[in-house]
Amino acid sequence: MLKITNLHATVADTPILKGLNLEINAGEVHAIMGPNGSGKSTLAAVLAGRDGYEVTAGSIEYLGRDLLALAVEERARAGVFLAFQYPVEIPGVSNMEFLRASLEAVRSHRGEPNLSAVEFMKLARATSAQLQLDPEFLKRGVNEGFSGGEKKRNEILQMLLLQPNLAILDETDSGLDIDALQVVADGVNALRSPERAIIMVTHYQRLLDYVVPDQVHVLADGRILRSGGRELALELEAKGYGWLRDDAA
Amino acid sequence: MSKNLGQLDRMVHGAYEAGWTTDIESDTLAPGLNEDTVRFISARKQEPEWLLQWRLKAFRHWQTMVHPEWAHVHYPPIDYQSISYYSAPRRPGEGPQSLDEVDPELLRTYEKLGIPLHERAALAGVAVDAVFDSVSVVTTFKDKLAEAGVIFCPISEAVREHPELIRKYLGSVVPFRDNFFAGLNSAVFSDGSFVYVPKGVRCPMELSTYFRINARNTGQFERTLIVADEGSHVSYLEGCTAPQRDENQLHAAVVELIALKGAEIKYSTVQNWYPGDAEGRGGIYNFVTKRGIAHENAKISWTQVETGSAITWKYPSVILQGDNAVGEFYSVALTRGMQQADTGTKMVHVGRNTRSTIVSKGISAMRAENSYRGLVHIGAGAENARNHTQCDSLLIGDRCGAHTFPYIESRNPSATVEHEATTSKVGDDQLFLCRQRGLDPEKAVSMIVNGFCKQVFRELPMEFAVEAGKLLEVSLEGAVG
Ligand SMILES: Nc1ncnc2c1ncn2[C@@H]1O[C@H](COP(=O)(O)OP(=O)(O)OP(=O)(O)O)[C@@H](O)[C@H]1O
Ligand SMILES: [Mg+2]
Repeated sequence: MLKITNLHATVADTPILKGLNLEINAGEVHAIMGPNGSGKSTLAAVLAGRDGYEVTAGSIEYLGRDLLALAVEERARAGVFLAFQYPVEIPGVSNMEFLRASLEAVRSHRGEPNLSAVEFMKLARATSAQLQLDPEFLKRGVNEGFSGGEKKRNEILQMLLLQPNLAILDETDSGLDIDALQVVADGVNALRSPERAIIMVTHYQRLLDYVVPDQVHVLADGRILRSGGRELALELEAKGYGWLRDDAA
Repeated sequence: MSKNLGQLDRMVHGAYEAGWTTDIESDTLAPGLNEDTVRFISARKQEPEWLLQWRLKAFRHWQTMVHPEWAHVHYPPIDYQSISYYSAPRRPGEGPQSLDEVDPELLRTYEKLGIPLHERAALAGVAVDAVFDSVSVVTTFKDKLAEAGVIFCPISEAVREHPELIRKYLGSVVPFRDNFFAGLNSAVFSDGSFVYVPKGVRCPMELSTYFRINARNTGQFERTLIVADEGSHVSYLEGCTAPQRDENQLHAAVVELIALKGAEIKYSTVQNWYPGDAEGRGGIYNFVTKRGIAHENAKISWTQVETGSAITWKYPSVILQGDNAVGEFYSVALTRGMQQADTGTKMVHVGRNTRSTIVSKGISAMRAENSYRGLVHIGAGAENARNHTQCDSLLIGDRCGAHTFPYIESRNPSATVEHEATTSKVGDDQLFLCRQRGLDPEKAVSMIVNGFCKQVFRELPMEFAVEAGKLLEVSLEGAVG
């Protein structure tokens, strides 16, 4: 589904990604771990096509297409979803209005008919219930005054409504209480299917207890330093990242 | 990121949709301004002697006045002798007429603007007075209003039919000495709307006036007077457009509102005058004096959504004369291209327990300058007066400006005056979030801007809130590939 080859990317002329390779098949869940500042969010931003992140070499193939040739919104409509590490607020724009506009954009791209107002409301209510998010949140401004954990749950709400092919979760587990972590993990597991793939960026192996990944990668210095199974995360938890660097050196 | 700004710039480059002209025969007075001009207008309107004298007094006083320079706007000096002060579509008789007599070309003009005067069903519940250049061409729903005792007619007609009301109230809130443009307007005003709502009557429908400047080199100097008698209630909306012309056109209107004891006037404006092109050529100079007086327990509420004009100079104000009077000002001003807006309000607290609320939302894009100028004055007798001002600016791109000039004068220590101001940018983050969720950039900006304005749109009459949202969307539209 996704094939990243020798990816180099700069931010404000500073090289951040330096020859990253990664391949993900449909149906798989990959976890990406790595020290602060190693380039995890940069990778997510490059995948989503954010302005200011310049790809200087390499390629990204997504569902057989050149992902880098698509604009941000085209990638989104083609099923690339990014759950933000720091979700922003859009004051005055209700969550409901935002979700509806976004669902319409994605559905019309897929050639699916728009949902009626009633159908949409039902779907939005049911999904918030699934995430134990009070339906009142649908009426509030997008992330406006939401707590950290509420913002993260709101990202997952959007993900479940949009049903993306490739979901990239950037530290969605950070700042969640134990119960919320379970709820979010249930949401992610609900999305898991043979047609979809999920990338989870995380610092804590705890999330991986709930959403068991097919592979774990360590990103450091703009590259995938090591890949392995579930047990790699446990090893990292015990030993930190230093030994990997020493190994590599 | 600079790529992003360029995109935003293009986006706010929306074309002006009401910029066409109507090809219609009209009687237009040659440019120039002197006492004879004033006499001509008065004679044309078959005005009584007292009104002619009032106009002449205003004219003589205006000649002694100087052009105001304090606003944060810049434009070359206006040559008042190069403007025509009267233009009317040629028509068979004088006075208001039935729709059948109106030139079909004119009806088409309003239809194109989305105001089909002859399809009454389309405007169910809204009575319209349409003012084309200097005269009112048609007022709809007069009969239904008359049943309720409400007078809604061109001011020129009110001068003839209700002279006692005009004599009593004209110039009572905005005297001709008030300011330069009010002086000019008093001398040469041509038409506008008059509303009277009798004691205890709730006006059965929304009243609205559409102003259209068509003729070249013509100024529009309309005069609106609304009197809400004790305990009555009225909601009024004005809409404005003008053709796209290279030269600037002057619009210097005066609006006076009188809310007697316990009355309520809600005055909404959706202003979309031609703003000029991207280089700042052409566009309307909108220099308007709007003021209301609220007597005991009365309430006056101004709501405005302004997206047009090359220059806007406008401060809808309320004199809170009576005890417990309430004044409100809700404003959205969008400036883009080379537009300049210096707008705000004055709340003058005279009575006890008077309350005022100001919510101003300024949006600037491209190279536009947007200033909020507000005065809150608490008089010595205004025990326990309260004001709350909230003033938010939103910048799109980084070459535009937003300025806030709050003036607070309090002569009574028991008063409470609060002022909050914020400036924010349509963030790259917000735009990225919207696009990541599949929205195209135009839709994203319009959604963010609409969200920013929500607090004001809520105050508009339902039918027009949607219109205002669309207007913003159109104004923000552009060629995004
Ligand atoms: N606009 C920018 N200008 C300069 N450097 C930047 C910019 N944005 C990001 N960086 C740098 O890029 C590097 C990678 O940042 P990134 O956010 O991808 O790290 P991360 O792996 O997600 O870290 P964390 O675990 O803390 O979230 C950091 O050193 C960061 O300071
Ligand atoms: Mg990060």
